[in-house]
Amino acid sequence: MPSLPDMNTPEVADLARREADAHPAHPTVPQPDAGQEALFETLLRIGDSTLILGHRVSEWCGHSPALEEDIALANVALDLIGQTQLWLGLAGEVEGQGRSADDLAYLRDAWDFRNLLICERPNGDFGHTLMRQFLFDAWHHELLKGLAASSDPRVAEIAAKAGKEVAYHLERSSDLVVRLGDGTEESHRRMQEALDALWPYTGEMFLGDDKDADMAARGIAPDPASLRAGWDETLRHVLTEATLQIPEGDFAHKGGKQGIHTEHLGYILAEMQFLQRAYPGASW
Amino acid sequence: MYAQLVKSEGTKTREEMTPEELAFQERIDRGEKIEPKEWMPEGYRKTLIRQIGQHAHSEIVGQLPEGNWITRAPTLERKAILLAKVQDEAGHGLYLYSAAETLGVSRDELMELLHAGKMKYSSIFNYPTLTWADMGAVGWLVDGAAIMNQVPLQRTSYGPYSRAMIRICKEESFHQRQGYAIMMKMAQGTPAQKRMAQDALNRLWYPALMMFGPSDKDSVHSAQSMAWKIKMNTNDELRQKFVDQTVPQAEYLGLTVPDPNLKWNEEKGGYDFSEPDWSEFYDVLAGNGPCNKDRLGARVKAWEDGAWFREGLMAHAEKAAARRAQAAE
Ligand SMILES: [Fe+2]
Ligand SMILES: [Fe+2]
Ligand SMILES: [Fe+2]
Repeated sequence: MPSLPDMNTPEVADLARREADAHPAHPTVPQPDAGQEALFETLLRIGDSTLILGHRVSEWCGHSPALEEDIALANVALDLIGQTQLWLGLAGEVEGQGRSADDLAYLRDAWDFRNLLICERPNGDFGHTLMRQFLFDAWHHELLKGLAASSDPRVAEIAAKAGKEVAYHLERSSDLVVRLGDGTEESHRRMQEALDALWPYTGEMFLGDDKDADMAARGIAPDPASLRAGWDETLRHVLTEATLQIPEGDFAHKGGKQGIHTEHLGYILAEMQFLQRAYPGASW
Repeated sequence: MYAQLVKSEGTKTREEMTPEELAFQERIDRGEKIEPKEWMPEGYRKTLIRQIGQHAHSEIVGQLPEGNWITRAPTLERKAILLAKVQDEAGHGLYLYSAAETLGVSRDELMELLHAGKMKYSSIFNYPTLTWADMGAVGWLVDGAAIMNQVPLQRTSYGPYSRAMIRICKEESFHQRQGYAIMMKMAQGTPAQKRMAQDALNRLWYPALMMFGPSDKDSVHSAQSMAWKIKMNTNDELRQKFVDQTVPQAEYLGLTVPDPNLKWNEEKGGYDFSEPDWSEFYDVLAGNGPCNKDRLGARVKAWEDGAWFREGLMAHAEKAAARRAQAAE
């Protein structure tokens, strides 16, 4: 096989130089104020998770198995969207570049999103949606307990408000997981399948990086690993009552918190951001 | 609203009524409320079930055209407002099914009739929502038309229905204001937004007029329902009121009502306007509207896909009850 010719012929190098001279540098991506990167990032991780999960849950509107569920799911989605407004609003404030919660939600591309991968998982059947909600709620509840004690009063205040809502989400999703796990053979099977399928997306909740370490050291946010014990306890309790088997594997898909997502997020954003992208600068 | 063609019996004269029927009619004439456990003519009960059922179905099918834009709402606030609105509509469905249950028909029975195509919902929900401006126009026109019909129904003779209407009307007027607020934003927005707003009005104007049902001269079922105070105004009265209220609102938005014959009539103190195309109305009722198949299909799918869920909850409740009974022994 003949070797490939050197791509960078003198002509190509020259062309690249001329191109670079002809066009000014791209406008820079906004950078958070000095020393605020880690907090900004942390707020995105929370706010993007509530945004994307809220979006997923809202897809059920009008399509769920009972009217009561339509109402309850809309409620959960509403809480999550409301929390998103607070978290991303604060993120914009911390960033100090004048971006609003809406700017962050509607004008970033997938690689700038920091949500947990579990939030972007497709809804699947109703059991899958409920199991995803339960696994998330159990974590979310622990997280907000930690954040309510944050050394940053703005964070503590949002967490206290959101914590009340999420305590209710967890109560509701736990209750349904128990009832369906210990329901018919079919409902049991569906719930176990959902648990097995989602399990590899739970590990990411507890993985920390240097930004998490910085936040924990400054008392702003809990160390992700520290949330595991409480979460495990909730799961043991609820899943036992639901007669469901906790999966054994500990493999964890990860990357969401660093902006490396599944293919699904792009489609969520294409839908969610359509109007803002198609009609830039319009006010709604 | 949403009960456009409710079948009822022919009206009886006082001479034809049994003593029981006469006493019943006199209670209604005095403005008394009829409560679930009390005697009522079979026709009254059946007509109410059809009307309340149609109304309930309309609320839940009505989730779909607006649900269509929840995931594409342009801001977080708009998304939240729309979600809350659609949630309210599900709640309205719930109140109304409960009101119907007091007449001896379960929610599941009514839903099965809907799914089998044996009960109707309002024709308006068989039209598509094609742009974001439709979220404005639906709130403004559709909720607006619904209120027009439901405000008088707060005084309807059947107690549970009347009370459901009172709760629902409060929320519907909130929906209408929110819809109008969206229209305002669009009408004052960019040229593309203005175009969307006008387009939404063009498409939804006549379907909104159809919500009041056929013209009085073609509406065979009204007289008995009006005597029973199940229906409080004629279709044409309500349609006229709606037009008179809505035209100035459209003008304020700077939008044009798509009716070349629209003209203020000083003498009658209302607008003259074109009738909707009633052949289109009957086509839509017959299942041939642009979205009939999709809307009913979505509801049937939700119901069928959810069967295992409902059965699972039921089985758990039975197990739990059995365990409690065993523990008590
Ligand atoms: Fe209604
Ligand atoms: Fe409603
Ligand atoms: Fe409404």
